[in-house]
Amino acid sequence: MTTEELDQIAETERAEQGKYTQRVNVCVAAGCLSCQSQSVKDALDKEVASRGTKDHCQVKGVGCMGLCSEGPLVSTSAGVLYKKVEAGDGPAILDSLSGEPVKRLVCPTDVPFFQRQKKIVLENSGVVDPERIEDYVSLNGYTALMKVLTEMSPREVIDEVTKSGLRGRGGAGYPTGLKWSTVSKSVGTQKYVICNADEGDPGAFMDRSVLESDPHRVLEGMLIAGYAVGASEAYIYVRAEYPLAIKRLRTAIRQAERVGLLGANICGTRFSFSIDLRLGAGAFVCGEETALIASVEGKRGMPRPRPPYPAMEGLFGKPTLINNVETYANIAPIIRNGGDWYAGIGTEKSKGTKVFALAGRVENTGLVEVPMGISLREMVFEIGGGIPEGRKFKAVQTGGPSGGCLPTDCLDMPVDYESLAKAGSIMGSGGMIVMDESSCMVDVAKYFMDFCMTESCGKCIPCRVGTYQMHRILTAVGNMTATDQDLKLLQELCDLLKHTSLCGLGQSAPNPVVSTLRSFAEEYRAHIEEHRCPAGVCGQPAQGETA
Amino acid sequence: MPSYVAKPTPPNQDKRWKLVDATIRRQGGQARGLIETLHTVQEAFGYLDAQALRYVAMSLRVPLSRAYGVATFYHFFTLKPAGEHTCVVCMGTACYIKGAPQLLDAVQRDLGIAPGETTADKKVSLLTARCLGSCGLAPAVVYDQEVAGKVGIPAIREHLKKWTSA
Repeated sequence: MTTEELDQIAETERAEQGKYTQRVNVCVAAGCLSCQSQSVKDALDKEVASRGTKDHCQVKGVGCMGLCSEGPLVSTSAGVLYKKVEAGDGPAILDSLSGEPVKRLVCPTDVPFFQRQKKIVLENSGVVDPERIEDYVSLNGYTALMKVLTEMSPREVIDEVTKSGLRGRGGAGYPTGLKWSTVSKSVGTQKYVICNADEGDPGAFMDRSVLESDPHRVLEGMLIAGYAVGASEAYIYVRAEYPLAIKRLRTAIRQAERVGLLGANICGTRFSFSIDLRLGAGAFVCGEETALIASVEGKRGMPRPRPPYPAMEGLFGKPTLINNVETYANIAPIIRNGGDWYAGIGTEKSKGTKVFALAGRVENTGLVEVPMGISLREMVFEIGGGIPEGRKFKAVQTGGPSGGCLPTDCLDMPVDYESLAKAGSIMGSGGMIVMDESSCMVDVAKYFMDFCMTESCGKCIPCRVGTYQMHRILTAVGNMTATDQDLKLLQELCDLLKHTSLCGLGQSAPNPVVSTLRSFAEEYRAHIEEHRCPAGVCGQPAQGETA
Repeated sequence: MPSYVAKPTPPNQDKRWKLVDATIRRQGGQARGLIETLHTVQEAFGYLDAQALRYVAMSLRVPLSRAYGVATFYHFFTLKPAGEHTCVVCMGTACYIKGAPQLLDAVQRDLGIAPGETTADKKVSLLTARCLGSCGLAPAVVYDQEVAGKVGIPAIREHLKKWTSA
C-alpha cells in the first residue's frame, strides 16, 4: 500500500458513489437496530430492486445519527432526516427523493440538538458504511496515516498531538501527548499499544457507537500511535456485551490487513503493526489500566500498585500505551488538520470536543458531540430539549459510579475537566444522566454504591469492606432506620476510601455519596429525622430493594 | 513446560471441542489465552462446567484453581446451563431512573425466580445486565439476544407469557 494506491482506492470509490444520484442512509447501529432498522433497510432494498432503480439509487447502512430515542433514523440525499421509520414506509421515502418530503416522518434538523453540535469524532458517523473500508478511504480515511508514515518522524507526531492539547477521553484526562512521549522514551524493543474499549460505566455508550459506526477511525488512530511510540503489536480490549462492535471491528481489521494497512512493512516503510481483539468478560474494574492489562494477559482483572506505570512496565512487562477509544478517534483529524486547529476548539485547559451520551429524564436522548466548555444548561435544556412531562430538573449525573450528581446551581458551569472536578464530579467517559424530581438522591447514591460494592475486585480492604459498609448505611437511610451516628460514619468512610484504596474504583467510589451529601443534604435529613422520602421512592418495596 | 506433558484429549466426542482446540492453538497453547478459550467454550456449550474447566486448564497448563478463579471473577461466564430462553433486564443508570427496578420486580413475581436463576421447567432464565449501552432506549430488555427498548410492564409480561405457555 502506497499513497498512490490509497488515492486510487478513494477515487474508484468516489467514482462508484458518483454513479448514484439518489441515496438513502439507514442507521444500523445498535440503538436503531433494536427498533428494527434492519427490516427498514431490507424493505428499502427490495423496493429499489422492484422499481428497477438500483443503478442510480443507493440504500446504505450507516452508523449512529445521534438521536437514538427517535429511531430508526433514515436520511436521504435530498437532505431530509426521517424518524421512527417503519418497514412499510419504504415506498413513501423513495418517492420523496424526487419530490416533497414525507411530512409525518420528518425529523427537524434545525433544532439545537443538531445545530449546537460540533462533530470531529463523529464526523463520519451516520455517513460512512462501517463495514466497508473503501467508503472510509473515500472520506479521507487513512490519509493521516500516510502523512505520518511518509512525511513525519515519530517525534513530530508526538509534538503535533502535544500541541493539540488532547487529553485522555477515558475519564482522568491525562495529557495524551505526554503519555505518548513517556512510552516512546521507555527503553525496550518490544512495546504494545492497547485500546481501552471496556466501556463499563452504566449510562455511557459513546465508545460503542464509535466502534459500531466508524471502526476504521479507531484503527487509524492506533496505527499512528504505534508509529509514534515504536510499538508493533496492539490489542483492542472490548466488552463482550457489545457483539455488534466486535463483529464490525473484526471486519475492519480483516479489511485493513487485506489492503496492506495492517501487517508487515506498511506503506513500504519499516513500520509493521498488527491489531488483535481481546474480549472483556464483564468486570467494571477492567477499565482501570493495570487491571485491564492483567485481563489481556488472561488473568483475573485485578489492579496493582503504580508505579511502575504501564508506560514503563505494562503488558507482559513491556512498555505499553493505553488510550481510550475516543482518544484514538481524535488522532486522525488532529494529524490531518494540525494540532493548532484542534487547540483552537474548547477551553483553555480542555481542548477539542467531547462526545456525551445523553440519557435519563430528557426529551432528546442519544449521542451528542459538543465543544468543551459548553454549559450544562445548554446540554440539558437546549440540546436535550428539557425535561419531559413538565417535571422539574433535579440533577445531572456525570462520570458514572465514579462521578457525582450536579444540582441546579451547577447548571451554568462550563463542562470541562477542571470545572467538573471542582464541583465534585468527574468528566468520566461521557455518560450524562438527567434526573428529575421523581428520583431520590439517597436511592441514586445507594444504586451506585451497590454497583461499586459488587464490582470491587476484593484485592484491597478499604474498597472491599468500605463499599459494603457504605452500602449498608445507605440502605438503612433508605429504610428510614439510620441515625445521625450512621451519617457521621458514612462521611468518615467517604474520606477513608478516597485516600486509602488501591485503584481508581475505590478512590472514586464515594463520589456519588459525597456529591449528594453536599448538594442534597436535606433529602438525607428528611429520611433520617422525618422518616420520609421527599421523592416518594424509598420505603416502597417495588423500587430499590430488588435492585 | 517440558514437551513430555502430552496434550490432554477432549472429555468426549462432541464436535464442539474442535472449536475449543482451535482457539487454544491460536493462542499458542499459552496461559495468556485463558479468557479467550473460556469465551469459546461458553459460546459453544452455553456455560462452563467442571469438565470443561478441567480440560481448558490442562490444555493451557494452568492450575485448575486459576481457571476456576477467572471463570468466577468475570460476570460474563456462567457455570450453570441457561434455560431455553433468556430475559436480561438492563439495570444501567438510565434504565434504573426510568423504571427498570419495577420491571424486574414484576418479572420476579411472575416467574417466581431471582435474577441469575432459571425457572423449574427450564424454560426461562432471568438475568440482569450492568448496562447494555442502549441508554437512549431506556428501559431496555434483551429477549434471547434481541434488544427491545422502552419496555413497559405489560410488554414484558406479554413476551414472557409467549415463552412460558409454549
